Amino acid sequence: MDLDTLDIARWQFAITTVYHFMFVPITIGLSALVAGYETAWVRTRNRQWLRLTRFFGKLFLINFAIGVVTGIVQEFQFGMNWSDYSRFVGDVFGAPLAIEGLLAFFLESTFLGLWIFGWDRLPARLHAACMWLVHLGTLFSAYFILAANSFMQNPVGYRYDPESGRAEMTDFAAVMFNKVQLVTFPHTVLAAYMTGAAFVVGVAFWQLVRKARDEEDRSMYRSAVRSAAMVVLVAGIGVTVSGDFQGKVMTEVQPMKMAAAEALYETEQPADFSVFTVGSLDGSEERFAIKVPRLLSFLATGDAGGEVVGIDDLREQYAEEYGSDPGAAYYSPGDYTPVIPLTYWTFRLMMGLGMAAAAVAVWVLWATRRGRTPRGRWLLASVLALPFLPLFANSFGWIFTEMGRQPWAVFGLMTTQNAVSPSVSPTEALISLVVLTLLYGVLAVVEVKLLLGYARHGADKVDDDDLPPERPDHDPDRPLAFAY
Amino acid sequence: MELTTVWFSLIAVLWIGYFVLEGFDFGVGMLLPLIGRTEDERRVLINTIGPVWDGNEVWLLVAGGATFAAFPEWYATLFSGFYLPLLLILVALIVRGLAFEYRHKRDDATWRARWDLAIIVGSAVPAVLWGVAFGNILRGVPIDSDLEYAGGFFNLLNPYALLGGATTLMLFLTHGAVFISLKTSGRVREHARDLATKLGVGAALVTVVFLGWTQLDTGTVPSALAFAAAAVALVLGLLAVLAGRDGWSFVGTFLAIGLGVAGLFLALFPDVMPTSLAGGTGLTTTNAAATAYTLKIMTVVAVLFTPLVLAYQAWTYWVFRRRISVDHIPAPLPTPFAP
Ligand code: HDD
Ligand code: HEM
Ligand code: HEM
Repeated sequence: MDLDTLDIARWQFAITTVYHFMFVPITIGLSALVAGYETAWVRTRNRQWLRLTRFFGKLFLINFAIGVVTGIVQEFQFGMNWSDYSRFVGDVFGAPLAIEGLLAFFLESTFLGLWIFGWDRLPARLHAACMWLVHLGTLFSAYFILAANSFMQNPVGYRYDPESGRAEMTDFAAVMFNKVQLVTFPHTVLAAYMTGAAFVVGVAFWQLVRKARDEEDRSMYRSAVRSAAMVVLVAGIGVTVSGDFQGKVMTEVQPMKMAAAEALYETEQPADFSVFTVGSLDGSEERFAIKVPRLLSFLATGDAGGEVVGIDDLREQYAEEYGSDPGAAYYSPGDYTPVIPLTYWTFRLMMGLGMAAAAVAVWVLWATRRGRTPRGRWLLASVLALPFLPLFANSFGWIFTEMGRQPWAVFGLMTTQNAVSPSVSPTEALISLVVLTLLYGVLAVVEVKLLLGYARHGADKVDDDDLPPERPDHDPDRPLAFAY
Repeated sequence: MELTTVWFSLIAVLWIGYFVLEGFDFGVGMLLPLIGRTEDERRVLINTIGPVWDGNEVWLLVAGGATFAAFPEWYATLFSGFYLPLLLILVALIVRGLAFEYRHKRDDATWRARWDLAIIVGSAVPAVLWGVAFGNILRGVPIDSDLEYAGGFFNLLNPYALLGGATTLMLFLTHGAVFISLKTSGRVREHARDLATKLGVGAALVTVVFLGWTQLDTGTVPSALAFAAAAVALVLGLLAVLAGRDGWSFVGTFLAIGLGVAGLFLALFPDVMPTSLAGGTGLTTTNAAATAYTLKIMTVVAVLFTPLVLAYQAWTYWVFRRRISVDHIPAPLPTPFAP
């Protein structure tokens, strides 16, 4: 096995996955909001909801397209770069991936096709239902892929077969309802709602204060701003609560990750939570720190006086448990500590940016109360930053989760080093890394320009003859309601 | 039947689904410059597949996922072995997928021309490379006793596999032309029908040679039957084109591709990736398979959900059954970008 291929494969995985996950949370969140707006239109026949549906629907599609095509890379990357991993866990890990395709991707793609082109082909209710089905597809997708990821974080429902040298599934239900999965799924999905809704708040608020031409526009954008800001706030509370559960479960299954999140070298009881530390993170020196007494104990154990085991003790413990068995093909000894500065800061950034987003949402709700249109510059700047806060919180959360698991690919079973494809040469891996990174870079520019252009353009007015027909239209000569 | 055989068949079905469905949208993509002379004609072509291409592509994703679950060793060896061709396919699918959605987002001829190129190349590259890949799988590639691919990129470029690539290319072009004649009216349709006959003759020739070669090398009685049926379907399909029966000609090319791929899998069975290396170990439905437990779970899921998926996909085709022509193409939507 070649070390170079390993490093390259890791970079590629990190880049492509983090990139994929820039679009995914927007898709999950925005599909729900668009479906909500369309439902409001069908129910109330108030045109502002139709305008919002079309406007955010367009932005949704621009985003969705990249989410889909980058997902294709994810699907095949395990086989390409991580073939030994695939051989080792395929029996367990493949099933959720396959089921995701069958249950989620077919649903999303088919009903999105119907939604895009079906404005005059489907009755109004059914058309709105299509977007709800797309949203359901995104939830299925998240569930199954996160179940697969949770197996890597906390392998359950399998046995190790020394003869075939692989992990074999023994209990599908245990894999699907892994306790890590049960906290990860709500956390990730709520974070996605936050992200999609923050996107809507950002765009609609800017339209409201800068562009809206008349009272009709203003009231429409205000509805969008307030409805989405509520979602940011409520989902933000949910993310915090579920994140708290997640921390406790993680302390149990991967104590090293949570100790690394805090850069806690020595076991403490009770343990403080440091909000911010300047010093050397190798634990030798601490120059400046802001601490919340006992908070870490509470976060990790649910008890403000609880004991939190430090990195040094854990390292010894891990070495005893795993390091003594280098004989079996898939175990390897080594240093069991992840990169501490990275875990420390990504964990804080995730929480900090998320909380900042919730705070901005509160501010927006306050400032737009009872029909007000606030003009303050600080508020505008904060709201324009809002979409990026949960978006980056997501990335940091994943970088924390995945880097905190290192050196394991599958915790306790297989190291990342042993997971990489032995037959792929560094040259091949490098070609792939460079090609995908460049391509993704170009696509990011194209997509951001399109999004900004359409966001700035705002929601089109809807005249009477632009209204979708109440019932499907079967006139064979009528032009298509929508065409590429 | 053994569960491994069931899953070999199901994976064959997924690939068949992928090729018969995405086959025509690859064809439409490649024919864009040939049939779509004017902007409106190109839009007619793109809109025939607009609502369905993504759903068609999911057949590939599910084939990949199902291979991962049911034959992890096959998934691992295949995709790490055919590394660079697969990368090319991925890049092609990425730019092509975006093109459909982004092409009309700016009213600007250069912008559109670039995305047109993405559609054309992005359709042609996988159309050829999937054929090359399947040719290599059937012919056998160097796989060592650790089940790792031991060849290089150029091992994959042999005459038999390249002929496989030419076959899928020609078949998809024909299938696409037939699909266009089924879904459009007016000049676009005339043009597509005209091309379908010409392309169809070429497709029939390479297909017969490729399938014949396969039959001689690795064929079995069942594969011979499937290949013969594929040839008959193709010929009948082409006759239907001449007779102006669009529906039947589509059934013809649809069955020809489906039966041809079925024949390839029959010729492959019980191997899934034979080795060409003396002393190597080829992958079979047995040594590449997941455990019986996993296969059982997957079987239950497949039995429950496949009919549902088939039903709603079929319904989509029904909803968008209407033929379209340039007269149905609305004025381009206003875009926020100045031309
Ligand atoms: C808007 C995004 C966002 C926000 C505001 C938060 N998180 Fe988070 N967090 C994520 C987005 C995220 C994520 C990107 O979705 C992760 C990565 C993997 C996962 O399960 O969710 C994650 C992972 C993650 C993990 C790691 C779990 C693991 O390794 O499996 C923990 C312990 C927390 N979070 C805890 C929190 C706490 C206590 C928060 C509250 C203040 C919080 N998160 C806010
Ligand atoms: C979409 C959200 C995800 C993001 C942003 C993400 C990000 C990352 C990052 C940053 C790494 C560390 C790379 C490194 O150590 O060099 C990593 C590792 C890894 N992740 Fe995730 N991940 C995500 C979800 C998943 C899921 C759902 C799976 C499995 C289904 C997965 C499988 C892996 C594997 C196999 C590795 C090991 C390879 C490596 O270390 O690079 N990840 N991921
Ligand atoms: C590394 C692991 C991952 C793999 C293999 C993967 C695979 C894919 C694939 C193949 C697609 C395209 C589907 C289509 O053509 O319609 C896709 C899209 C999607 N994925 Fe991922 N994905 C990964 C990580 C994640 C994670 C962690 C989540 C959610 C928590 C997620 C949620 C979605 C959603 C919602 C979509 C559809 C919407 C969109 O494309 O934006 N994915 N993914």
